Amino acid sequence: MKKYAYFPGCSLEKMASSYHKSALETTEVFDIELQELDDWNCCGATTYFHVDAILAHTLVARNLAMAEKEGLDLVAPCSACYKNAYFTNDYIKNDPDLKEHINFALEEDDLQFNAEIEVFHLIDIFANDVGPDLIKEKVNNPLKGLIIAPYYGCQIVRPRKNGEEVENPQFFEDIISAMGAEPAYFPERLRCCGGSLIMTNRVAALNMVRILLQSAEKNGAHVIATACPLCQVNLECYQEQVNEEFGTDFKLPILYFTQLLGLALGISPKKLGIGIELVSATPVFSKLLPKEAN
Amino acid sequence: MALKPSFSDEISNLLYAAHGNPINACIQCGTCSGTCPVANYMDQTPRRLIGMINADLKEDVLDCNTYWFCASCYHCTVRCPADIDIAGVMYAVKRYSIWNKTYSEDLVGPKFSEAFVKTIVRTGRSYEPILAPTYMFHFGPKDFFHEAVTASKMMLKGRIPVLPPRIKRLENFKNMIRKIIPLGESS
Repeated sequence: MKKYAYFPGCSLEKMASSYHKSALETTEVFDIELQELDDWNCCGATTYFHVDAILAHTLVARNLAMAEKEGLDLVAPCSACYKNAYFTNDYIKNDPDLKEHINFALEEDDLQFNAEIEVFHLIDIFANDVGPDLIKEKVNNPLKGLIIAPYYGCQIVRPRKNGEEVENPQFFEDIISAMGAEPAYFPERLRCCGGSLIMTNRVAALNMVRILLQSAEKNGAHVIATACPLCQVNLECYQEQVNEEFGTDFKLPILYFTQLLGLALGISPKKLGIGIELVSATPVFSKLLPKEAN
Repeated sequence: MALKPSFSDEISNLLYAAHGNPINACIQCGTCSGTCPVANYMDQTPRRLIGMINADLKEDVLDCNTYWFCASCYHCTVRCPADIDIAGVMYAVKRYSIWNKTYSEDLVGPKFSEAFVKTIVRTGRSYEPILAPTYMFHFGPKDFFHEAVTASKMMLKGRIPVLPPRIKRLENFKNMIRKIIPLGESS
């Protein structure tokens, strides 16, 4: 069994509770334990960095230090949490002054951080640790007939972490194929959903969501798979506002990749948190070919 | 006489931990503006903003909405042929405008950021219902209504917490923050 320190982040407590549930259900199938950090704090999303960079890194470092204390690498399911944790870890590794400054503050919580751990996004675990071949082996309910748009969004791939492919990644498509579904051609898959602009610049963000929905629908997707709670909420919960604003008629289900993977692994929809959507996920089930046709 | 740093130097100095090249490496090619998904809504495109910073047009830079409309998608950063962390530049100007209170009054971004940080400093976790008033009262009646409908629907599905979450070791957490910046609180 492989074990990771798990940093769910604020969104997964309620708004994205279905991501939390399905992450735990699906990792269990592959004998991976996600041990939630005790008493983790908010990573600050993008907003700490608007106010003070050192404060932002300190707050992120508190979570990293707790993972290090357990001797575990850190996994974050939210793209913004992941990006913050990854870069704070990276900067502290390479900057002794920053490390000293931050450890001076961490003392107050009896913690210290030596940047001796690695940080991963949840989708990294499925793409690399588990890998498409093992996923295929464990799939007992292949999602035949379903066309899934792989929505990477921004911060999983950007900024560039380790010189990896940022313009044409394929790992999401590979995971979808391993589920037995068909990855949709989705040219906007790396385009931003607007992020927190949904609160601070509503019309611009709604238009960004519209472009994504339009591209997925035009290319025949039955559902968009996401790997980030903010992307999911923008695409799903604001879909009706997009329809109001632009006179469109989108009814496109938006699910976490772990929910779709869970279905392929034969886990019940209820255990995967399916049923709390504002845009019904029913079309996903009606597109699936009956089992005997597989 | 002490040398006063230029505006472009000040912004460069705020680019802490941005590992790209300094902004004066910009060749004004416009790849950032062509890539930016929000450029159509900005007063100035990212390319122009960088040109304006390099030309020390401080007031014009701070007056425009460009940097507060950046969604942090980092597409410009990964494509910049001069290897400038452009999203990092936007963060630097945001910080400058918050510290100096020089942002334009009708922007929601800075108020939202400050409210967000205050919530976290107080409880250790973010909580949407406390944040909502910072931006919702800025909306017109129609948008306010739509936002309220979306929020109620999410609440009915159990997707918005009723009570604000807080971390257990909150006192330690606050003391840790005090070692970095003064909290400006009396309680």
